[in-house]
Amino acid sequence: MSTTTLDSGKHKISATHVLIQLRTFGVLILLCVFFSVMAPNFLTYGNIPILAKHIAVNAILAMGLVFVLLTGGIDLSIGSVVGLAGMIAGGLIYEGMPLRTFGVTLYLNVPAIIVVSILLGMVIGLVNGWVITKFSVAPFIVTLGMMYIARGFALLRSNGATFPNLQGSAAHNTTGFPILGAARFYGIPLSVWITVVLAVFFIYLARKTPFGRHVYAVGGNVTASRLSGINVRKVTIWVYMISGMTAALVGLIVTSELVAAHPATGTSYEMNAIAAAVLGGTSLAGGRGTIGGTLVGACTIGVLNDGMVMMGVSEFWQTVIKGVVIIAAVILDQIQAEIQRRSAMAKL
Amino acid sequence: MEEIVLEARGMTKKYPGTTALDNVDFDVYKRAVNVLVGENGAGKSTLMKILAGVEEATAGRILRKGEEIRYGSPSEARAHGVGIVFQELNLVPNLSIAENMFMAREIMKNRFSVDHKRQEEEAAKSLRRLQLNLPPSTLVSSLGIGQQQIVELAKALYGDVDILIMDEPTSALSEQEVAVLFEIIADLKAHGTAIIYISHRFEEIMEIGDYITVLRDGKLISTARVKDIDIHWIVREMTGEEEKPPPPREKRCGKVLLEVNHLRLPNLTGGYKVNDVSFTLREGEILGIYGLMGAGRTEILECLIGAQPDATGEIILDDRKITSSRIDQRITEGFSLIPEDRKNQGIVQTFTIADNMTLASLSRYSRRFTISNARENQVVDDMIRELAIKIGSKKHLITSLSGGNQQKVIVGKNLLTNPKVLLMDEPTRGIDVGAKKEMFDIIRKLTDEGLGIIMVSSELKEMLTIPDRVLVLNKGRLIGEFEREELSQAKLLMASDSK
Repeated sequence: MSTTTLDSGKHKISATHVLIQLRTFGVLILLCVFFSVMAPNFLTYGNIPILAKHIAVNAILAMGLVFVLLTGGIDLSIGSVVGLAGMIAGGLIYEGMPLRTFGVTLYLNVPAIIVVSILLGMVIGLVNGWVITKFSVAPFIVTLGMMYIARGFALLRSNGATFPNLQGSAAHNTTGFPILGAARFYGIPLSVWITVVLAVFFIYLARKTPFGRHVYAVGGNVTASRLSGINVRKVTIWVYMISGMTAALVGLIVTSELVAAHPATGTSYEMNAIAAAVLGGTSLAGGRGTIGGTLVGACTIGVLNDGMVMMGVSEFWQTVIKGVVIIAAVILDQIQAEIQRRSAMAKL
Repeated sequence: MEEIVLEARGMTKKYPGTTALDNVDFDVYKRAVNVLVGENGAGKSTLMKILAGVEEATAGRILRKGEEIRYGSPSEARAHGVGIVFQELNLVPNLSIAENMFMAREIMKNRFSVDHKRQEEEAAKSLRRLQLNLPPSTLVSSLGIGQQQIVELAKALYGDVDILIMDEPTSALSEQEVAVLFEIIADLKAHGTAIIYISHRFEEIMEIGDYITVLRDGKLISTARVKDIDIHWIVREMTGEEEKPPPPREKRCGKVLLEVNHLRLPNLTGGYKVNDVSFTLREGEILGIYGLMGAGRTEILECLIGAQPDATGEIILDDRKITSSRIDQRITEGFSLIPEDRKNQGIVQTFTIADNMTLASLSRYSRRFTISNARENQVVDDMIRELAIKIGSKKHLITSLSGGNQQKVIVGKNLLTNPKVLLMDEPTRGIDVGAKKEMFDIIRKLTDEGLGIIMVSSELKEMLTIPDRVLVLNKGRLIGEFEREELSQAKLLMASDSK
């Protein structure tokens, strides 16, 4: 059996997993070939960086979310955190932080703004995880609530208005924010570099650390994990903090790309991230899934999206087709798993 | 009088890795209580499930009035007149008695609406027959356990059911409720119903049984009329051994390792699941805990491992008072638990053999934050060799192993945490005879190295041959303590069964 496929590490030595990953990967290649024939501009030097930037945003979000999904949870709040983090960063650049009691306005420089926004995302994740574990509320409900709360605060920040022109001012030392979305190194957009670095880090985290093993264990069997001495509560809180962190990071990237912060940014991003993870072989029941698979899933969705746009498929049909592809992929997963189960039974 | 209403011939049921039922014949007599006994894993639950249509036999025939019948679901079994009351109640608490009775076989007014009036009339008739004077519109959640059991009976009996299977029906009942149940059973018998009765309580079997069938290790051992036998006969047939003093074991127990004082675990509904239990454990000693279901055996182990936050009492390990309360802390202190339910509490099904084994001790193979694969592989290989676990590759999923080998992996997982006290809850449940023997060889070897073991088992034979000392529990209280030399089957049974 080949173990050189993407991220086929310890948890998926089984033939099923390798097949699932190969299959999604195969679909991705087929889609690339199909679109390059149908839309001649698709795989060109000019278009690939644009495609990669689109994929990067969803991939970062999905990779953070996968940790939550691996524990058997779900995080619906990430789309709203994208919006809120963007608004907080945008607001700090646009009008600073007015401290009314002192009658001054505080301006932070761009690195500090980035740190503040990411910490905010992690705090939201901390709250999600804390409520889920402290009160034993279903993750779906808690993060659904947080989805509304975070979106509400994003809208409140500016009363629904957009913070435009986030170039910043030299007087307040707030210049440089657009670099995050626009800079390229060796022709590759910064957000793609960030995706690669995060992917390496997350693969390490998932495969090589006790924390990663614990995440998989909690999703596989929470009772057995607890009795094995795993601090389930701590693991749960951390995975929501990771997904909050990646959501805030995406908020910063998107805001920087647009050079404007709009409170509705990130709406339904959580669904794209879930779709990417599921396409990549992640089980929503927990315990199964990989960072590598999720990357493949995010690429598939990105290629599908942009390819259809370039082919001139109507926006409405795009939505329908995306839905069909997701369901078809999951059905294939089930068929694969069933074949695997039957052959295992036959051996007995 | 001695009319046979149902004959099972050559019933065989194979599960992956184990044969639960091996070519068993079973006759069910009309107007009689047909008792089925055996130790855990003897196959009585499997036989019962096949007769009730919950599971299908691998081989064998069921004859009804001389004709072979086949069914693959409980509703088909019911169409043949076989009903069942499971040990756990299966009622929906927020629905009424009548709605529960007609669950999934509602009496319909027309295609779309349920005829509640007729359902309640029918339910009322059934309830009257069972002497439960309650309106059928009563919500099940407002009933006591005994009353719920009667509703289950009514549900099982409704229609043309003349064979009723009851799986340990008295395990959750109070004495008065048991008396009511026995009256109902006598009444059903008088009306021609055949009852298949599964129980662990010997006194109760002697009281209401007519015919008795003993199973052991999936095989039919003997059948008899209850009036021709006594409790000692049942015990002998169940365990397969003439009662003889347990083989002496040279004592090499060291100093006191663990001291537990006034352990209490409150019950949510009042009272205690574990009530003022105190005991000690020496180095190298195997302490057995015996008792019937609900006696508080598992709960004691859970209190020790830290899985019961409401527990109170004093725990002293190695002359140090234990103050930590979380499981991970208790494991660091030196406790380790092999849980009762391997599938739901022991293994992580999505994990490989190796990953399951190292799950509880990962920090030992990690430097800073990184797991060292070399060190992890090394300890896994060593443990697989030490425990003689039969595997193809340690990278296979744990679910590919037989029950016995899965259990060995769990034992390995526990040993890798370097425990001082190993808590084993039914360590041989669901594993075959050979694996059981190996398991006990491992246990003995571990105690040679000074490990203290507390073992819970509901198998008499194990209680008589493995531990150095046995505590007997009854309803959360410690009511007996026997040194190995003074142990006997009768003593254990009588003590655990006393009221």
